[in-house]
Amino acid sequence: MEQITSLVQIKGIRDGLLATFSDAPWEDQRTALLAQIDERPSFFQGARLAMDVGSQILKVNDLVDLRDHLSERNVVLWAVVSDSPTTEQTSQLLGLATRISKPRPEEQRQFADTITDDTALFVNKTIRSGTRIEFPGHIVIVGDVNPGAEIVAEGNVIVWGRVRGMIHAGAKGDRAAFICALDLSPNQLRIADEVSATLKPQKDPRPEIASINGEGRLQAELWQTG
Amino acid sequence: MTAQVITVTSGKGGVGKTTAVANLANALAMDGKKVVCIDGDIGLRNLDVVMGLENRIVYDIVDVIEGRCKLKQAMIRDKHYPEMYLIPAAQTRDKNAVSPSDMVRICNDLRVDSDFVIIDSPAGIERGFRNAIAAADRVLVVTNPEVSAVRDADRVVGILEAEEKGTPHLIINRLNQALVRNNDMLSAEDVLDLLGIQLIGIVPEDESVIIGSNRGAPVVTDGKSRAGLAFRNIAKRLQGLDVPFMDLDQQSGLWGAIQRLTGRK
Repeated sequence: MEQITSLVQIKGIRDGLLATFSDAPWEDQRTALLAQIDERPSFFQGARLAMDVGSQILKVNDLVDLRDHLSERNVVLWAVVSDSPTTEQTSQLLGLATRISKPRPEEQRQFADTITDDTALFVNKTIRSGTRIEFPGHIVIVGDVNPGAEIVAEGNVIVWGRVRGMIHAGAKGDRAAFICALDLSPNQLRIADEVSATLKPQKDPRPEIASINGEGRLQAELWQTG
Repeated sequence: MTAQVITVTSGKGGVGKTTAVANLANALAMDGKKVVCIDGDIGLRNLDVVMGLENRIVYDIVDVIEGRCKLKQAMIRDKHYPEMYLIPAAQTRDKNAVSPSDMVRICNDLRVDSDFVIIDSPAGIERGFRNAIAAADRVLVVTNPEVSAVRDADRVVGILEAEEKGTPHLIINRLNQALVRNNDMLSAEDVLDLLGIQLIGIVPEDESVIIGSNRGAPVVTDGKSRAGLAFRNIAKRLQGLDVPFMDLDQQSGLWGAIQRLTGRK
């Protein structure tokens, strides 16, 4: 028993509890976590749990299953921190936070070093209300961005579809970033620290590109070929 | 028999989930199906009121889960249709009294000898909603043609897709065709365009729905009501029948006849 439970380490952080997973098989660690909770049910009663799953690649089913098991034990899963983009995306789809207030500085830096101009997240689906996608590179979406959805990229954002939600390009201050879409009628656009209000939906939508113009203002214009 | 478990949900409150559940259950019972309704809104129950069964409640779903009664004892038989039952919610407890696995267990017990199990989900996307969708084979999302209701519906569709519950079907409730014509209300096309899921019915605005809910006699039992007809059509579609969508522009009564004669619609 001692050996199983030591697979997962649980400690208190400012926002609740943090469970740190190792690289052992997911199924074993999941069992270990639940066993640890079952050992001290009163301690975990009503707890807010964040998980640091390292480089584990987790699918929707894995997280949903664990979250349901936790909620039966009255433990709320609110965040999953991971090095794996797949896991991060899964967590975001489920509306879980992927950053906690105490980031791991050394690994954060590592991640930043690997970003080149070519790093992009490709999302092939419609982004619905309540979904937030954050990525430290470019984001390409094939599908719509519905009202209430948020897309935040440190680089550019390209949407092959309609934009009616909020998009923030150049989130870390890159004023050269741009946003383009087949139909650009968002609630709000942001590039670096410039914010534009709602663009009116067009009657006859045409592809547009938004960027910061020479006067330092965020502006959208029709896409010109050639 | 293996019942189909259907959850009716919406995200936003007040769009007509409970009304839809009561009407669909009645319509299915009218077609001779055995139907069990479950009120998933623990703490704020009202499906019993809309179905006119409030004064018959002895046991509720929390009593079943906590072992104070058998499942059969909590099933209240309807006044008109002996093959229709309601499992009421507890009014004095909260959502945490039920867990997703409790719902799955109850639904699996009910599946054995009924045709349809219809779950009325509470508003919101928290515990009560999770409970309501845990056992669902099919989810119906109800929305009104209003921007706020559609946005909440979109959120719910996103969650259902993320949890791999399949793409839900859409009911657009309280559509007022006169307002749509004047561009004062979102049209069914606008709603569908945004949500991008399959439509299973459009229910026109009809004051007899409110009258029916207050009397505990759902509007489907009123042969003249157009909303009642819309719910009966949805019930047919749930049974796998192909029923054409009704013509919403058609107006009844003298005014409609005059408009048709003068060629104005």
